[in-house]
Amino acid sequence: MDIRVQDAAFDLGLETNAFAARQSGMGAVVTFTGIVRDLDKGALSAMEIEHYPGMTQKALEAIATEARERWNLGDVMVIHRYGRLHPDEMIMMVATSARHRADAFQAAEFLMDFLKSRAPFWKKEVTQEGAEWVAAKDVDEDALKRW
Amino acid sequence: MMDVLYFAWVRERVGHPKDRIETNPATVMELVEDLRAREPRYEAAFSDLAALRVAIDQELADFDAPLNGAREVAFFPPMTGG
Repeated sequence: MDIRVQDAAFDLGLETNAFAARQSGMGAVVTFTGIVRDLDKGALSAMEIEHYPGMTQKALEAIATEARERWNLGDVMVIHRYGRLHPDEMIMMVATSARHRADAFQAAEFLMDFLKSRAPFWKKEVTQEGAEWVAAKDVDEDALKRW
Repeated sequence: MMDVLYFAWVRERVGHPKDRIETNPATVMELVEDLRAREPRYEAAFSDLAALRVAIDQELADFDAPLNGAREVAFFPPMTGG
């Protein structure tokens, strides 16, 4: 299990290759990457991500551990950034490996659903007009019910 | 003695990231009532509990949870990770 909370950027290709190279006997690697999405009007100047340093690592590890209990996985990796990010920058990634792809896909989706609303991160959108906290969406909370 | 932490707009409304509490509230709700009684900016931060989440010693908890021996309580809005 490789869980990292960092302000630095990461190299998706490098991380994906390194993760895949560490696996043995796994038939599938799934990755997901979250990217700072500009507002419809192209007005986003930055996305500020705050987190709860004492809790974040533990919360991510607990989510990853639960994924490993539910699916037959080889390994799990999560990288989640904080700080001031700009449109098109990568915020986070997850990677899962499994002998068969269904486990890897489902575990990656599970990780994303729980990362959205159970990991202590808060996003703030900064535009010319000011800054606004991103509100949690009901649809994200509802997504947890399917697991 | 207990540290109370605030994040995101809760921190902005309270005006600082952390308080040290010397009293011993029995539950999260009692702690909230103590904080609300302090100053209007706390009342503003804690006016709608449905919009808040709480963690006790870095684990998510409920507002009716007991605080026996807790060293750190954090209040924040629903999380928006990913």
